[in-house]
Amino acid sequence: MNTIRAALREVVGLFVDDGSLALEIVAVIVLAGISATLFPEFPLVAGGILLLGCLAVLFGNVARAGRR
Amino acid sequence: MITLGYAPATTAAFLASLVEAVEALTIVLAVATVRGWRPAGLGALAGFMSLLLIVVAVGPLLDRVPVHLLQFVIGVLLLMFGMRWLRKAILRSAGVVSLHDEAAVFANETAELSEQARRHATRLDLLAALASFKAVLLEGLEVVFIVIALSAGRGLLAPAAGALGACLLVAGVGVVVHRPLARVPENTLKFFVGVLLSAFGIFWTGEGLGVAWPGADLAIIAFAALFLGVARAAVVVARRPRSAEALS
Repeated sequence: MNTIRAALREVVGLFVDDGSLALEIVAVIVLAGISATLFPEFPLVAGGILLLGCLAVLFGNVARAGRR
Repeated sequence: MITLGYAPATTAAFLASLVEAVEALTIVLAVATVRGWRPAGLGALAGFMSLLLIVVAVGPLLDRVPVHLLQFVIGVLLLMFGMRWLRKAILRSAGVVSLHDEAAVFANETAELSEQARRHATRLDLLAALASFKAVLLEGLEVVFIVIALSAGRGLLAPAAGALGACLLVAGVGVVVHRPLARVPENTLKFFVGVLLSAFGIFWTGEGLGVAWPGADLAIIAFAALFLGVARAAVVVARRPRSAEALS
């Protein structure tokens, strides 16, 4: 039972370590998804939001962690 | 249209699996040191067989998922997984988080098993095998995820070959040297694998959203270069306040 619990914890931990990083990534993906849905004729806008948003999230999250 | 072929997926799977295999080997070696190779080997074998069962069970299900949905889901998971690795590697490079030390992990695991030996002498072989099983299963789960994710829409062969190559290499070296592989530059590997997985994550998530990336697969290289540049800048930024504190 403990092994199963540890395995489940490990599976969740694969993707979520710092909760705020995971939430910010999801927010960027949602924004990109909204853009792709509203402006399907400009898919690269969604791509740009996704790429630049994730880079900004990474940089901001690490900078905050460094200040803590 | 120019494509990159299988090289990026194979390389990413190889490097990521190298890190995970080294971590699993450290525990298996600790078990072997305290209780011998029999429980260590049996536990590792049971862990490997469990992983094989998971792959056999999940693999065929993936063929039934529509490609765009599969690309999107895998892309999102890869982004979360890759950026998590990259964040941790950046913080370790900046000295904010301490480096992973295989020698220390080996010493801790050995001490814990020796302590268990004193308390549960009769059940020790079972406990030792269980520790070995858990190490292979839990670290192996990450390898399985990486292989499945990197194979999205292109077949398991290339990333599976990379992962298998890394596991065989680490197992071979481990059997020869009988010591944890503390010299593997784990954080550097995690840094570059985090960059690669994040780049793949952006690519697949975008494809899942209907984005036709300029240059097709070549875009992955551009994304990786961008992530690498931002990650290096983030190391400098995360380090700066600590240096200022030290000077004041």
